[in-house]
Amino acid sequence: MKAKVTITLKRGVLDPQGKAIEKALHTLGFGTVGGVRQGKFIELDVAASDEAQARAELQAMCERLLANTVIEDYHIELAG
Amino acid sequence: MKSAVVVFPGSNRERDMIVALRKIHGSAPDLVWHGDTTLPDVDLVVLPGGFAYGDYLRCGAIAARSPIMADIIAKADRGLRVLGVCNGFQILTECGLLPGALMRNASLRFNCKLVHLRVDNIETDFTRRFAKGQVVRCPVAHGDGNYFADAETLARLEGEGRVVFRYCDEHGNVTPDAAPNGSVNNIAGIMNARGNVVGLMPHPENFIEPLHGGTDCRPLFESLLDAA
Repeated sequence: MKAKVTITLKRGVLDPQGKAIEKALHTLGFGTVGGVRQGKFIELDVAASDEAQARAELQAMCERLLANTVIEDYHIELAG
Repeated sequence: MKSAVVVFPGSNRERDMIVALRKIHGSAPDLVWHGDTTLPDVDLVVLPGGFAYGDYLRCGAIAARSPIMADIIAKADRGLRVLGVCNGFQILTECGLLPGALMRNASLRFNCKLVHLRVDNIETDFTRRFAKGQVVRCPVAHGDGNYFADAETLARLEGEGRVVFRYCDEHGNVTPDAAPNGSVNNIAGIMNARGNVVGLMPHPENFIEPLHGGTDCRPLFESLLDAA
C-alpha cells in the first residue's frame, strides 16, 4: 500500500524557512501571499492486510521517528 | 574519573571532547560506536557535536534511535551522568532524556562565534565550580539551536531551576539580541529533573585553554571531576 506522510510545524511554532520563502515571493511580486509554511513529505510502501492496519502502523512510525510531536504535526494519506 | 564519548556517523567534535576530557580528567575517554549496544562502566558519557547521520529527517532524530541509545537511556534513568553538546543536545531532546526541541535558528543563519553565557544553576554536578550567575564566554557553531518547549514545559523548567545556561550579554543581561538562535527565554542549556543529564548548544570543550582564547569553560569539566 502506498502512503504519503506530510509533516508540518505546529501552528504557532515559528517557521523561519516559511518566512524566508514568503519574503522571496513578495520580492518576486507576489505581494498578496501570506501564511507561508514549509513542511516535509515522505512517501513509503507499507505491507499491510488492510487500511486500518496500515494506518496504525504509519501512526506508530510518525510517533516514534518521522515526526517530532513537540513541534510537528503529521498527516497520513493512503492510496491503493 | 572514567568517561566515554559516543561516536555517530557524522560526529565531528569528538576529538575536541576527547582532548578536553583527557586534559582535565587525566584519563582518555573510551570511544563508543553508535552501533554498539552496551556502554562500558563509566562515570560520564558524552554525546559530542557534529551532524549525526547527516542530520537527515531532523537534527539528532536518527542518532536518537541508534542501538547504543537504549543502554544510555536505561543507565541515565539509573543516574549515570550524560552530557550532550550541540548535536548531542539535539540527540538528548530527540530521545526524550531532555524535554523540548531544537529548531532552525530564527535568523536562518548558521552561527559560529563566541557568545556569553550566564550560569543560572550551580547546584549541579556539572556546574558546582562556577559562581552563581557567573558570565562566561563560550563558542557556538550551529544552525539549529533555537530551543523550543511548550508553555507548560517551559514553566516547569524555569520553576525547577533546570535552565542551567542562558545566553546573555557581557554584563549578564538576558536580552533577545544575546541569543544567537532565537531560543525561548535565551535558553542555552538545560538539565533533566534528576540533574544527571545536561544538554547545551555551545561548545565548552573549545574554551578550556589559553590557546582557545580563554579558559572560561574549564569549571564544567572540573565540576564533573569533583562529582566522580
